[in-house]
Amino acid sequence: MTVTEVHIDEMMTPYPDKVRKNRKKHIIIKSAESAACPQIEANTRTIPGIISQRGCAYAGCKGVVIGPIKDMVTITHGPIGCGYYSWGTRRNKARSDDRTPPEKIYTNLCVSTDMQESDIVFGGEKKLAKMIDEVVAIFSPRGINICATCPIGLIGDDMGAVAKEAEERHGIPVIAYNCEGYKGVSQSAGHHIANNNLMERIIGSGTDPRTEEFVIYLLGEYNIGGDGWEIERMLTDIGYTVNCILTGDSSYEEIKDLHFADLNLVQCHRSINYIAEMMKTKYGTPWLKVNFIGVNATIQTLRDMATCFNNPELTRMTEVVIERELARITPALEKFRKICNGKTAFAYVGGSRSHHYQYLLRDLGMEVIVAGYEFAHRDDYEGRDVIPTIKTDADSKNIPELHLTPDEALYQEAHLHLGLSKEQYDTIAAQVPLGDYEGMYPIMRVGRIMVDDVNHYEAEEMIRQLKPDLVFSGVRDKYISHKMGVPSKQLHSYDYSGPYAGFNGAVIFARDVADALVTPAWKLITPPWEEKNGNRSDSDA
Amino acid sequence: MVIGVIVMLECIPRKAIDHTVGKINPAKTCQPLGAMYAALGINRCLPHSHGSQGCCAYHRMALTRHFREQVLASSSSFTEGASVFGGAANLKTSIKNIFEIYNPDIIAVHTTCLSETIGDDLSTIIKQSEVPEGKVVIHANTPSYQGSHITGFSNMCRGIVSYLAESDGTQKKNRVNIIPGFVNPGDVREIRRIVEEMGVESVIFPDTSGVLDAPLTSRYEQYPDGGSRVEDIRDSGNSKLTLSLGSFASDAAASLLQEKCGVPGIPLKLPIGLKATDALIMALKEAFGVAVPRSLEIERGQVIDTLIDTHHHYQGRTVAVFGDPDTVIALTEFLLTMGMVPKYIITGTPGSLFEKQIWEMLAEVGLTDCRVKADADLLDLQLWIRESPVDLLIGTTHGKYIARAEDIPLVRVGFPIFDRAVHPLMPIVGYRGCLRLIEQISNTLLERRDRDSTDEDFELVL
Repeated sequence: MTVTEVHIDEMMTPYPDKVRKNRKKHIIIKSAESAACPQIEANTRTIPGIISQRGCAYAGCKGVVIGPIKDMVTITHGPIGCGYYSWGTRRNKARSDDRTPPEKIYTNLCVSTDMQESDIVFGGEKKLAKMIDEVVAIFSPRGINICATCPIGLIGDDMGAVAKEAEERHGIPVIAYNCEGYKGVSQSAGHHIANNNLMERIIGSGTDPRTEEFVIYLLGEYNIGGDGWEIERMLTDIGYTVNCILTGDSSYEEIKDLHFADLNLVQCHRSINYIAEMMKTKYGTPWLKVNFIGVNATIQTLRDMATCFNNPELTRMTEVVIERELARITPALEKFRKICNGKTAFAYVGGSRSHHYQYLLRDLGMEVIVAGYEFAHRDDYEGRDVIPTIKTDADSKNIPELHLTPDEALYQEAHLHLGLSKEQYDTIAAQVPLGDYEGMYPIMRVGRIMVDDVNHYEAEEMIRQLKPDLVFSGVRDKYISHKMGVPSKQLHSYDYSGPYAGFNGAVIFARDVADALVTPAWKLITPPWEEKNGNRSDSDA
Repeated sequence: MVIGVIVMLECIPRKAIDHTVGKINPAKTCQPLGAMYAALGINRCLPHSHGSQGCCAYHRMALTRHFREQVLASSSSFTEGASVFGGAANLKTSIKNIFEIYNPDIIAVHTTCLSETIGDDLSTIIKQSEVPEGKVVIHANTPSYQGSHITGFSNMCRGIVSYLAESDGTQKKNRVNIIPGFVNPGDVREIRRIVEEMGVESVIFPDTSGVLDAPLTSRYEQYPDGGSRVEDIRDSGNSKLTLSLGSFASDAAASLLQEKCGVPGIPLKLPIGLKATDALIMALKEAFGVAVPRSLEIERGQVIDTLIDTHHHYQGRTVAVFGDPDTVIALTEFLLTMGMVPKYIITGTPGSLFEKQIWEMLAEVGLTDCRVKADADLLDLQLWIRESPVDLLIGTTHGKYIARAEDIPLVRVGFPIFDRAVHPLMPIVGYRGCLRLIEQISNTLLERRDRDSTDEDFELVL
C-alpha cells in the first residue's frame, strides 16, 4: 500500500489542532526518486503528554557516550534513579587489553551520590566531594566522570568547582558533565555535552605519537553486542591499526591519543559528529562517514576507506578480506534470505540505525516502509548540506558550542594525515563521503515515509494501516507490536544477541530476524474453538 | 597480557574499604517507578510522569524489561524553560492532549525530583486543568530523593485512596479491601484466588493482573482488560476491612482509608511463605467468620509434606537475601521455616522498621551471627560475602555480578528480574508460592552439587 498525504491527514484527525499542526511537519512522504528532500522538522520539543520514545540529555551523555569508557569511574550526581536505570542496560561490552588490566574496568558498576532531601535543600557538593575521595580510595581509577541529573542545575551545585578541587587532591582527571535531563529536547543534547567535554578535557592530552601505519579511530560505535569487536576484526585483518573505538570498549588511555589519528571513521553521525568536526578544525583530521551494518554497506565502506589511503597493499588486502568473508557467509545468509525476502519493516530507532539497517535489510530482500529517528536533527534526514540553514532555537542555545581554532603545533591539512597530495585528496573527496553525510532520505523509496520523534499513537496507527511484517524498535515498543500481532526486534539492544555489524553480524542478524518471523506460535493465536477468518481483527478495534 | 580476559568486578579490591557515602551498585531505585507501577494497576489508567521525559522513558524501560509487556505512560516533557518557570503549563497541556489522543478513564500523575525541586503544586494545577466529564486525574508526590521505588508505590496507593475512596456513611459491606503491595501480577492473581476460595468478596488495588500479564489474542487493546476499576476503588470506603500486605508498600494507604472512610485495617506481611500465608487466611477467617476450605488445607498440607521431604537439600545452608523490604521480610521468615540460615539480609530502601522486624525473627530462632541492613547497597553485601561467604544468593538480577564474581548460585526473586522470563506470571505468594520457592531453592543448590561433585560422588538420585 502506498501512502499519501490523505492517509497522514486521516491518521491525524483525533489530534488537537496544535498537535496536528506540529506533528505534520515531522512526517515526510518521498514523492519521487529524484526529488530533493523536503524540510522535515526535527530536534524540536516533544509535545507534553505525547507518549514519545525520547529520553533525556543525561541518557545521551552518561548512558550513550560517557558510560562505556571502561577505565573511568562515572559517578551520577543526583537521586538514585538515573544511575540505576543506566546501569548495564545499553550492552556496551568491554574487556581488558594491553593498555587496560581487568582491575581497571568499571563498566559493571553503578555509582551514584544517591542525593537525599537534605542534599537538595543544603546542596550536594560536599557529598559529591566525599564520594570522589572514597571512589579514588577504593578503585584508584585513571579518571572520574561526574554526570549531572535534573536537580543539580536547579539547586546550583557547582560540579565544575568540586571536580577541579578533586583533581588537585588526587592528581587524576575529574570531569564534570552538566547534562541535566531537562537540557535540550532529547538525548541529543547529552551527546553534544559529552562530545564537548571529551574534546576539551581528554582528546589531545596524550603525548606519545602513534608510530603504526593507517591509524584509525572509529567514532560513534558503542560496541553493543560486540559490534565494535567484529568491525575491529575485519579492519585489523586488512592492515589498519584500530587505535580506539569511541566509546565502546574504550579507555581514557586510548581517547587521549585521538589526535594522532590518520583518519576518523564516523559510524553514528548523530552522537559523535561534533568530535569529528572539532578534530577537523583543531587537528585537520579528516573524517569518513562509514556504515558497517549490512554486507554491501560494509563492502562499500571498506572500499571507501582504502580509497582514502590510496595504498596498493591496503587496497589489495581489502579485496582479499571481502572475498574471504563473502565466501564464508554467503551460504548461511542465503538460507535466511529465503525467509526474509519480500517482507516489509518499520524502523524506529535513535539517530542512525534507522538508516544503517536499511542496507542490511535490503541484503535480505526486505524493505523499510516507515523509518524514523527518536532524537535526530534535520541533517540526519536531509544530509549535512542543510546544516547552515538550521535555525538555532531556545533549546539548542542552551548547549554550549566550542569555538576551536587550529592547534599551532599539531594541526596539519587533511591530505597530509592521509599521506596524500592536495590534488589527490580533492579527487578522493569527490568519490567518498569524506566529511560528509547524505542522511536517510536518499535510501528511502518512493511512497515510503520518514517520521521524526514518532509517538505511540502514530506508531500504532501506521502498524494498523500498513501492516508491516516486522517492527524494529526499542524495548518500550516491542511488546506493543507483539500484542498487535507483528513480530518485533529491538534495535537498541538487539534482543541481547549480536554482533549485528560486519559480515558475521549480518548472518546473526539474518538468523534473528528469520526466527522472529517464523516462530511457530504466530500461527497459533486463534484457538481451535474460534472461527478462523485468517485476519486479525485489529482494524475494527 | 592476554586480550579479552574478563574478570567480573575485579575492580573491587580485596582490602578494607571505606564506603560511607552514596551508593555503589544500589539495591533500590527512585520513587516514580513505583508510582508508575501502582498506577498501571488501575483499569484504563494512563500513568503520567511530571518531569523531563527521560524519567518516563527510563521507568517504562525498566518495567517493560521486567514484565515483557507494554507499559504505556506519558510525560510532561519539561524543557529548561519549564524547569525555571514551573511545569503548570506543561501539565495542563499534557492532560488535554492525553484525554483527546489516548482517552484513558483516569490519569495518575506522579512527580519527579525535577518538579519536586521546583515545587510545582500538583493539587492546584490539576484543579485548574480541563478534565472531561466522567474522567479523573489523581496525583501523588514522589520525590526521587526520599525513600525508594517502594516509597513511590506506597505514595501512589495513598494517592489513589485520597482521591478516589469514598464512604457513603451507611453500614459497611461484608467485603475486604486488599492492598497487595509491590508484587507481580501472578501474585495478585494468586492472592485473589485464595480470597475467593475463602468465600470472601474483595476489592483489590492496585491490581496489575490483566495489565502486566495480558494474553496475546487476536485483538490489540491499548488498555488491557485488567486492573482495579475506578468505581470499585471508590466503593472501597464502604468495605468492612482492609488488609494491607507489606508495611512499606501498603500500610500508608490502609491508614488513610481508615482515617478517611473509617475502614479498619490489619497490617500483614506479604503472604510469602507458610506463616505469612497462614496469617492472611486467619485474618480472613476471623474477620468474616468463614471456614477454611478443604482445597486450601490440601495445599497447606502439600507444603508441609514437601518441606519435610526435601529439608536435607537446604537445611542449615547459609543465604544472602536482598531486595525490597516487604519481600525480604516475608522471604526471610520462610527461609527460617525451611531451616535455612539467612546470614546477610539487606534492602536498599531506608527504614529502621526493616532491621527491627528481621532481628526479631532471627532472635526467635536464636540466630545472632547475621548481618542486617536497610538503606544498603550491593557493594556492602559483596564485601560481607568476601569476608565470609554464603551458600546461596536470593534476590534480583543485579545480584548476578556478585554471583559470578564470588561463584555463588543465585535464585532470582523480586524486582527487577531482567534476565529471566515467565516469573511475573508465576506466584511466590500463598501455599503454591511456597512450593515454587522450595523448588527453585532446592534445585539451584542441587544443580550446584551436581556441578561441583567429582565423578565418584556424582549420583543419580538426590
